[in-house]
Amino acid sequence: MHHLGRYFIFLGSLFRNREKMGVYSKLVLDECIQIGINSVFIVSIVSTFIGAVTCVQTAYNLVSPLVPLTIIAVIVRDSTILELAPTITCVVLSGKVGSNIAGGLGTMRITEQIDALEVMGINSSSYLVLPKVLASMITFPMLVILAGFLSIYGGYIAGTAADIITPEDYISGLRSDFKPFSITFALIKSVVFAFLISTISSFKGYYTAGGALEVGQASTAAVTNSCIAVLAADFLLAQLLL
Amino acid sequence: MIEIKNIQKTFGERTILSGISGKFLPGDTSLIIGGSGTGKSVLLKCMIGLIKPEEGQVLYDGRDFLTGDEDTQKAIRREMGVLFQGGALFDSKTVLENVRFPLDMLTNMPTSEKMERAQFCLQRVGLENAADRMPSEISGGMKKRVGIARAIVMNPKYLFCDEPNSGLDPLTSIKIDELIREITDEFKITTVVITHDMNSMMEIGEKIMFLYQGKKMWEGSSSTITQSKVAELNEFIYANKLLRDTKA
Repeated sequence: MHHLGRYFIFLGSLFRNREKMGVYSKLVLDECIQIGINSVFIVSIVSTFIGAVTCVQTAYNLVSPLVPLTIIAVIVRDSTILELAPTITCVVLSGKVGSNIAGGLGTMRITEQIDALEVMGINSSSYLVLPKVLASMITFPMLVILAGFLSIYGGYIAGTAADIITPEDYISGLRSDFKPFSITFALIKSVVFAFLISTISSFKGYYTAGGALEVGQASTAAVTNSCIAVLAADFLLAQLLL
Repeated sequence: MIEIKNIQKTFGERTILSGISGKFLPGDTSLIIGGSGTGKSVLLKCMIGLIKPEEGQVLYDGRDFLTGDEDTQKAIRREMGVLFQGGALFDSKTVLENVRFPLDMLTNMPTSEKMERAQFCLQRVGLENAADRMPSEISGGMKKRVGIARAIVMNPKYLFCDEPNSGLDPLTSIKIDELIREITDEFKITTVVITHDMNSMMEIGEKIMFLYQGKKMWEGSSSTITQSKVAELNEFIYANKLLRDTKA
C-alpha cells in the first residue's frame, strides 16, 4: 500500500509546477523517436512471427472438413486484434522501453543529475517523466496498429506459403463478420498499457537509491511490475469493455 | 550572506546533524570539512533544499529558504549554483548544451545571448574547445570544470561545491581550487565548499567549519586551524603522514 500511495503521489507530481509547453514539445518528439521509432524493428519481428505461428497452429487444430478454411483467417484476425497485437506488443515493450526508462532515470538519480535539476528549481519528475508518458501514449497505439497489420500479414505469408490456405480464402476470412469495435478496443488497451508501462518504469527508476546494482534491480522491477500491471489491466478492460 | 541556524537532521534513529549554525559571507570561500559520514553532504543538501531538516533555518540574505513561499524558494534557487561531486552533467547533452541548460530553462534570453554567455563561462573555465564534446568523452577534471561553468552561468550569488577535488590528481585539484577562488573573488559570490582535502583547506579555506559526528566542533580559518586544541580536528588534520612529519 505504501508503494501504491507513493506511486499516486508521483503521478500527481508530474502535473505540478510544469515547465512551459514549448519545453515539452521537443522532449516529447525526442522520446517518440527513442520509445517508438527505436521499437519498430523488435515489434515487427515479434508480431510477424506471432501471426505466422497463430495461422499454422490454428490450421493444425482445424482438422474437420466441416469447418471452412476461412475460419483460420478469422481466428488470426480476431486473436491478433483483440489480444496478440496490443498485449504481446506491450509485454515486449515493457521489456524494451520499461527497462530503458527505469535504467535511464536510475542512472540520472545516482549520478545526481536529478538533484541538479531540482536545485535549478525545475520539477524533475515532470521534466523527465511527462514527455516519456506522453510519447508512450502516442507511439504505443501506432506500434500496436503496425503489429496488428504485420501479424495478420505474417499469417497470410505462412498460410499461403505452406499451402494451408489460399490467398482468396484468407482474405475472405479476414472480411467476414468483422467487428470494428475490436480496433477501438485494441487502441484503448494500447493507450492504457502505455500509461502503465511508462509510469511504473519511471517510478521505479526515479526513486532508485544506491549504485549500479540498484539501477539494475530497478530495471528488473520495472519490467516485472509493468508486465503484471499490463496483464491485470488486460483482464479488467476485457471485462469492462467486451 | 548565507546563515544557517540550528540545523537538525535525523534518518530514522540516527542523528546526522545536531544543532549546526554558522554564517557564510559574500566574497569568502567557506569550507565545511570533516571525515566521511560526519554529515557534510547532508548539511549541504539541507542548505540547497534537497533534504528538509527537522529543525532549523537556512537564510539567504535574510530570506528563509526552508519555510519561504514557492516564489521565494524559486527566486533563491535561481541565485544558486551547485557543483556536484561527479559534475552531474546531463549525459544526453553536449558540454555547451549542459552549460546553456539553465539559461534555456529559466530565462527568456535571445538564443544568441545565451550562446554568448555559455561560451563565456566555458572560456572562463578553460574549456572553450570542448564545447561540442559529450560528457562521456571528457575527463573527470574537465567534468568538474564544466560543472563549475554550468553553476556560474546564471550569475549566481551563492555557489556550493560538493567535494570538488574527489577523484582528481593533486595538480588538477589545485587548478579546480584556484578556479573556485578566482570565481568567488571575481563575482563576489558566497561560496561554500564541502571537502576533506587538506590542500584545498590550506589553499582556499578563508573560513573553515569542522564537523564531527554531526556536530560543529570547530570554526576558524586556514591560518588558525593548525593551532586548534580540538583533538578530533587535530586527528583529522594530522592523519596525513606528510603533515604529521611537518608538524614534528
